[in-house]
Amino acid sequence: MARLELSNLHAEVADGDEKILEGVNLEVKSGEIHALMGPNGSGKSTTAKVIAGHPAYEVTEGEVLLHLEEGEFGDEIEIDDDQRSWNILDLEPNERAALGIFLGFQYPAEIEGVTMTNFLRTALNAKIDEREELFEDEDADEDDEEDEGFETSPMEGPADEGEVGVAEFQQILQEKMEELDMDERFAQRYLNAGFSGGEKKQNEVLQAAILEPSIAVLDEIDSGLDIDRLQDVSNGINSLRDEQGTGILQITHYQRILDYVEPDHVHVMLDGQIAKSGDASLAEELEDKGYDWVREEVYGTA
Amino acid sequence: MSSEQDHLKETDTEARFEFKKEQNAAVKSDKGLTEEVIRMISEDKDEPDWMLERRLRALKQYQNMPMPTDWPGQPDLTELDVEEIVPYIRPDVDKREGVDDWTELPDEIKDTFDKLGIPEAEKNALSGVGAQYESEVVYQNMQDQWEEKGVIFMNMDRAVQEHPELVKEHFMTTCVPASDNKFAALHGAVWSGGSFVYVPEGVTVEMPVQAYFRMNSEGMGQFEHTLIIAEEGSEVHYIEGCSAPKYGAHNLHSGGVEVFVEEDAHVQYSTVQNWSKNTFNLNTKRAIVEENGTMEWISGSMGSKATMLYPCSILKGRGATDTHITIAFAGEGQDIDTGAKVYHNAPETSSTIESKSISKDGGRTNYRGLVHIADGAENSSTAVECDALMFDNESTSDTMPYMEIEESKVDVAHEATVGKIGDEDIFYLQSRGLDDDDAKKMIVAGFIEPITEELPIEYAVELNRLIELEMEGSLG
Repeated sequence: MARLELSNLHAEVADGDEKILEGVNLEVKSGEIHALMGPNGSGKSTTAKVIAGHPAYEVTEGEVLLHLEEGEFGDEIEIDDDQRSWNILDLEPNERAALGIFLGFQYPAEIEGVTMTNFLRTALNAKIDEREELFEDEDADEDDEEDEGFETSPMEGPADEGEVGVAEFQQILQEKMEELDMDERFAQRYLNAGFSGGEKKQNEVLQAAILEPSIAVLDEIDSGLDIDRLQDVSNGINSLRDEQGTGILQITHYQRILDYVEPDHVHVMLDGQIAKSGDASLAEELEDKGYDWVREEVYGTA
Repeated sequence: MSSEQDHLKETDTEARFEFKKEQNAAVKSDKGLTEEVIRMISEDKDEPDWMLERRLRALKQYQNMPMPTDWPGQPDLTELDVEEIVPYIRPDVDKREGVDDWTELPDEIKDTFDKLGIPEAEKNALSGVGAQYESEVVYQNMQDQWEEKGVIFMNMDRAVQEHPELVKEHFMTTCVPASDNKFAALHGAVWSGGSFVYVPEGVTVEMPVQAYFRMNSEGMGQFEHTLIIAEEGSEVHYIEGCSAPKYGAHNLHSGGVEVFVEEDAHVQYSTVQNWSKNTFNLNTKRAIVEENGTMEWISGSMGSKATMLYPCSILKGRGATDTHITIAFAGEGQDIDTGAKVYHNAPETSSTIESKSISKDGGRTNYRGLVHIADGAENSSTAVECDALMFDNESTSDTMPYMEIEESKVDVAHEATVGKIGDEDIFYLQSRGLDDDDAKKMIVAGFIEPITEELPIEYAVELNRLIELEMEGSLG
């Protein structure tokens, strides 16, 4: 079990003093699905980026804590009592990833020349290495080998390096791609380069499936999806929760995806704060009444 | 694992190539460029008079030509004082023409090439190897099977003695005359060492031959000459590598390369340049390509303080083809000015130029290229693509692709992109678990990937490793 806890989180743009988050409180546990809704500019995407450690934002107050229980990363990683709670704001984005935080991007980057296979295997191995480093026993410091760089074709990345080898990884990738109904040729395409909007979103879910996060924040994963792909993506999200126990924080504008991925909790964000929380019925109510209704109810003005 | 191999795992490029050896010269010329120095070099090599005459003529041409200073955006050469350079150092080895057994070399020289991994590479993937230390080739060997087929791979000094007719005809005559530019003239006056490669008609040399050039002494100049003659229908791949330890004083490398690609012949010329960052690297490389011949230039420029290098193909025969693949990497204090020149002088000739350059920490790269399609070279085609990637706002990338098209029935394509490495791209990769350094390395590897996938695998691996090493340390 893992629990992500945002407490009184304030953040602003790093090179300005525009305040965006003004005291966000939110808790997401393994196995839960949360929907975070709200009008444009209310701070939803900023919340996601701050959790992942985007350098464009500066946290001015509050904390983002990640609580882990014994066994969160399997038997091989022993989590000592004093390593159960992390203030992840102190950590680099890749360290957060190693602790099980995943951000599904609204606009995933396109990286030319780097195949999906190479990228995902490198990421998976980097995560495993980083995790070992974070939870390393102080007295055991073997296995500290220097990275020697690519020794095979840069198409595939280093063959014999890392926990997960090329052959084993291809197996994993193939299975996950089948589950998501993705064309196997994706594996050799360059990361997001020339992907359609829908393909990119599908790819974000594929990456989550492979990296097996404890908590996944999915930023408008449903935008730009046609109905078939919306179903594929939704199935992917549901199996993240059902099979891996991932806790999901799903940012969305629309009720539509919530018909497929049923949230346990729905939060409405207004002006950098969570203004109202409820169960799935809150989303339906919003669909009928709009955000002004929340504003009126909370602040007494429209 | 032996200590030599450990050395190859050094993560810092300069450290990896940094080791210095005691100077142990049999003969060392004075600094600077005088007729006396030239006569001394020629005499020390026991050269025929015609070669001495060519040297002295080149010296006059050198003295009469001004330093190139008026090229737009050219690297700053003001710190280069040729009069302070020692042009000739003959290392103290027993056998002048180079031994064919590494163990016969003096320990400090053998150790140098062991550390660079040359004997290891020879065992695994090469048809022949030449190794130059300071001004002389100290090791030269080729597999017997190629010798039996009439392939010649020997050091250039020895070729002057043993193949005077071939050398007289081809050495700095029609391809790179000393009058071509000031540094070609300098080269013509003081050249020493280098490779002579002759591939007879119809012979395909299956594995590459490699030459490695090492400068060990501070303040010296290395001026090796490479002459390749590929007869009709023959095929050869020549690889050169080079490095030097870093010193406070400047070193100068000014090589000369001449390639004759006869009818239907195919020559690939690959360079991995990793001179230390106090070296001025000013070369002239040119090929003359006859009917249906193919010339491929592959250049990776990672080292040097300043490089000016524009390998040139003269497509002289109908249907001749040129390919240029150029990768340049400039870090702090480096100015890598490199590119390509192609002259389409016959119909149905084609050229493809791909250039990728990366600059970081205030380094500068420039793609400088010229494609000339002569009147009458109809149905010729050229495609030029140059892309530049900058790491930060301090670094610079320029692109100067000149085109001179005199013929109307031609196909000309040109594309250029310049971009800065994207913070969002880095964050995206980081959010998946890669640290900042690895994220940048991955983006750079992807950037040059379209080029590396076309390279021979051993070459691509070495190049990738060098680029990764270049990126270590300063990215923290």
